[in-house]
Amino acid sequence: MISFHYARASCVGEALQEVAGDANAKFIAGGTNLIDLMKMDVERPTKVIDITRLPLKRVERTPGGGLRIGALVRNTDLAYHPLVEQRYPVLADAIMAGASQQLRNMASTGGNLLQRTRCAYFYDIATPCNKREPGSGCSAIEGQNRMHAILGGSEACIATHPSDMCVALAMLDAKVHVGSASGDRVIAFADFHRLPGDTPQRDTHLNAGEIITAVELPPKGFATNYTYLKIRDRLSYAFALVSVAVGLELDGDTIKEGRFALGGVAHKPWRDPQAEAVLRGQPAHAATFARAAGVVLRDARGYAHNTFKIDLARRCIVRALTQAACGTPQSQSAKKIV
Amino acid sequence: MAPYIGTATSRVDGVAKVTGAAKYAAEFNTPGLVYGSIVTSTIAKGWIKRVDGSAAMRVKGVIDVLSHEHRPPMADDDKAYADEVAPLGSPFRPLYDNRVMFSRQPIALVVAETSEIARFGESLVRVEYEVEAPVTDLNRERDAAVPVKPPTNPFEALFTPPKPRGAPERALAAAAMRHEAEYCTPIEHHNPMELYAATVIYHADGKLTLYDKTQGVQNIQRYVCSVFGMKPEDVRVMSPFVGGAFGNGLRPNFEIVLAVLAARALRRSVRVVLTRPQMYALGYRPAMIQRIGLGATTDGTLDAITHDAITVTSEYEDYYRQETGWSGLLYTCANAKYAHKLAKLDLPTACDMRCPSAATGVYALECAMDELAVALKADPLELRLRCYSERDQNNNRPFGSKALRECYRQGAQAFGWDKRNPEPRSMRDGADLVGWGMATGVWDAFQAPITVRIALSANGHAEVACATSDIGTGTRTIMAQVAADMLGLPLDHISINLGDSNLPQSPVEGGSWIAVSVSNGIATTAASIRDELLRLAKQIPNSPLAATAPGEVALIDGKLADKGDVSRAISISDAMRQGGVERIEQEKTTNPSADAARAHNTHSAVFAEVKVDEQLGVIRVTRVVSAVAAGRILNTKTAGSQVLGSVVWGIGMALHEETLIDHRFGRVMNANIAEYHMPVNADVHDIKVIFVDEPDDSNPLGIKGVGEIGIVGVAAAIANAVYHATGKRVRDLPITLDKLSP
Ligand SMILES: Cc1cc2nc3c(=O)[nH]c(=O)nc-3n(C[C@H](O)[C@H](O)[C@H](O)COP(=O)(O)OP(=O)(O)OC[C@H]3O[C@@H](n4cnc5c(N)ncnc54)[C@H](O)[C@@H]3O)c2cc1C
Ligand code: SF4
Repeated sequence: MISFHYARASCVGEALQEVAGDANAKFIAGGTNLIDLMKMDVERPTKVIDITRLPLKRVERTPGGGLRIGALVRNTDLAYHPLVEQRYPVLADAIMAGASQQLRNMASTGGNLLQRTRCAYFYDIATPCNKREPGSGCSAIEGQNRMHAILGGSEACIATHPSDMCVALAMLDAKVHVGSASGDRVIAFADFHRLPGDTPQRDTHLNAGEIITAVELPPKGFATNYTYLKIRDRLSYAFALVSVAVGLELDGDTIKEGRFALGGVAHKPWRDPQAEAVLRGQPAHAATFARAAGVVLRDARGYAHNTFKIDLARRCIVRALTQAACGTPQSQSAKKIV
Repeated sequence: MAPYIGTATSRVDGVAKVTGAAKYAAEFNTPGLVYGSIVTSTIAKGWIKRVDGSAAMRVKGVIDVLSHEHRPPMADDDKAYADEVAPLGSPFRPLYDNRVMFSRQPIALVVAETSEIARFGESLVRVEYEVEAPVTDLNRERDAAVPVKPPTNPFEALFTPPKPRGAPERALAAAAMRHEAEYCTPIEHHNPMELYAATVIYHADGKLTLYDKTQGVQNIQRYVCSVFGMKPEDVRVMSPFVGGAFGNGLRPNFEIVLAVLAARALRRSVRVVLTRPQMYALGYRPAMIQRIGLGATTDGTLDAITHDAITVTSEYEDYYRQETGWSGLLYTCANAKYAHKLAKLDLPTACDMRCPSAATGVYALECAMDELAVALKADPLELRLRCYSERDQNNNRPFGSKALRECYRQGAQAFGWDKRNPEPRSMRDGADLVGWGMATGVWDAFQAPITVRIALSANGHAEVACATSDIGTGTRTIMAQVAADMLGLPLDHISINLGDSNLPQSPVEGGSWIAVSVSNGIATTAASIRDELLRLAKQIPNSPLAATAPGEVALIDGKLADKGDVSRAISISDAMRQGGVERIEQEKTTNPSADAARAHNTHSAVFAEVKVDEQLGVIRVTRVVSAVAAGRILNTKTAGSQVLGSVVWGIGMALHEETLIDHRFGRVMNANIAEYHMPVNADVHDIKVIFVDEPDDSNPLGIKGVGEIGIVGVAAAIANAVYHATGKRVRDLPITLDKLSP
């Protein structure tokens, strides 16, 4: 861990001023990811800008009937927010499926989006890793890759994005509000995280000097037919091998609109419009779901330790869509698959 | 006053622990303390060409960068580094020379005014290596494994395979029913909550007081003295509280060497705390491949057992335990044969981890027995009863006591085993397949020589002193209970002093031998206190005990009383005050009763229920019943907690725990407790612990020790339950859900 300067910002403008022109500066929110990475010498910021005092801690209704979540709303506060519980229960469930109580109490909405992969090589500076040190090579492709991507990987990197919350946000078509010295912009969730390609050092399309100010949810929350199913190596407090966030709009037995996003399988929460198109207008039963799973996984590729995830993902998709269709969402407290 | 032995007495140090009053090795402070941060190797094998600490030295507050190139003298012969429990070989010497023998090997120590500066300095140290290709893969090295050396003394014989009997190969070949299979278990790390840490207080005269996280303060003291050529009176080692060690603290670890090196180099007090990743450069439970062959008649009588193990150790030390012998001990079988080979890898030396050898050896055996039961279409419990051993056939002797039958009976009843449908995949609960499995557990009941001092004051308070550790098991509490009963005093009149090398001799705390050793030790010393009190009591004019013989008195409710007629009594304070003494102090050594004519073991029967999601393979261990026979239970609460904790550990062994090494780098890649999985609350459901009655006369108090037995058999019971649920036999742990996929 290196020695660093600490600055505290009291408003967004101040935060942007602190970060401007300093490539080695980092914002710190809950610190649950950044500090770990600093301890491992993976992140070596010379300046750490504390943004926890910024007035971005509110969850507010938007004029359009959606919800605007401040970037510094804690994961726990968001999961238990009445409007989220009632209107976006899949988001509440996804958050509750992640990490531990203590971590969720600290973690912020913006930080959750920007948490970095859990690839063990990325964390260990004794090993090559293109994401940490571009051009050094990817140790995972021929190494330990149980937790790694089966979709959208590249020759340079097969890391996954570890967030649960983001899988639900992707399914919900959230938007990310970003501020910078040169003005504000809004990024569609699908365009926020990126695939590794040959620049795996970049996780997202956020630019240097930009700050996340809020995440916006559109009105549609799929509060009746939804689920968040997460499969992991123990029953709690582990990252997803595969997770699925589902939202269905049903008309009797027929799917009017069906969406699902996968976690634990790619460099970003994985949505596939073609797979979702398979659901539209079809009967909500296992055969339909299996077809959709087949489409989303058509290009899936396994490595030495994670090939099982392809079939696991298929079964998870079917199960999650079934749970959602039945209106029996996965419980995050029972620790038992429903 | 009711006796304390056998009750559910709460920990006497519980309040101190939960309020933070209990101090651990890294919490002792002294003015001028400086901090060491360890630089570890990024390679697993090779040579250090250069350690460049110049950038670190430029940081304000960095005091020194120690390395093999720059350090105070240390001993240069293996013997000096061989601690009380060192295996054969050439022990690792931290910062000794430029050889790198394992990944994350400590190679330098940055010492600074604060721990933050030390850590910053550490990140600036540059090391150049000459790299060699490491070999860390057991599967690759299995053919190169070499048989363990024949024992040269009774101690070594504990760890080498027992003698064969009969004609096992022929019997196996001729058996009507045969089961042969290989079972694999990975490297596991101990992961105690407390990080290894040492605080070395440097006194003006060069003497040292060391606070170390260890299972044996006197082992550390002797080791430090021999490595640094110091006199015992100049080195005092303290370890009053230990936040879990599980075998990993039996041997000296490198934090103590580095802290002492720095203290002697700088003549200052120093603290060194390992980081969590550095904890994975310590000892571990060795990975192993075990091959079991069982031959039986069609009625389920065992006729042949072969048990072969290949286990992992370092290139420089031969650590091994006796995985194989449990098979022929647990079951009656005329023909048995064992073999044990070692695969020497570029890793640190393996070490004891809770129930070393039995946790893994019995896992393999008990899965094999389950498979044999399936082949025989026999109930797994029935098969065990049919093969029940009344004698230790390995050494041809009876058991001191063995209430395993009662474990089977009570465990099965509490679990409801008779309602089991033997057919795999036959029991269901909604989307879950339900499986019931069982296994047997067995472990040694050791006793070791120990010395206990008791000082009794005329006001009826006693101080009990012994150098033993309390690694979190509750040693302090049971010591107080035993002393209170033996001295006839209330529990809160007893104070326990332990974990200090200046105190009377104790072995390291391990092998489940401390409870039995120290309790009998207290009884011995208490008896001589009693004798002394009687001597004083007899001197009182018209003493009611004038004619009472030493064997006829007992200490009851603060009085010395005639056991035959308790009205003939004199209070402790009267006896002492009238005898003109304020304090009686006795120190006695208690040796184990030399009872090699009988086998001394604890046993258990473990029953487990799993529910496996049929579609997704997610496994939950919904119920475990563990029925344990371990002689007299001193404290049902702390003993129950030991077994509960062990069962949780067994769940981890079955489903979660695995140290993942990237063999290209010879490096542990999940060196943290987020990615090294062990059970969390959600993985732990209903666990019931039963202690069955087991009178034993192998030692005066009839104690056996319960720190380890609870883990044995758990992984096998779960693996067998997973088979029963799914019809799929997984023979390599942990059973992760991918191994169940179609
Ligand atoms: C042991 C462990 C287990 C975990 N398990 C899970 C799990 O199962 N599922 C899961 O989803 N997550 C899990 N997490 C991750 C956890 O959710 C994240 O660490 C957390 O969400 C990060 O939020 P934070 O506020 O603490 O981020 P920080 O650590 O403060 O910041 C993370 C990054 O985001 C940047 N940043 C933060 N806020 C902003 C902003 N407003 N604008 C621009 N940049 C910003 C920081 O500069 C930094 O680079 C786990 C973490 C740990 C340590
Ligand atoms: S998968 Fe990505 S993060 Fe992991 S080693 Fe390869 S490049 Fe690095």
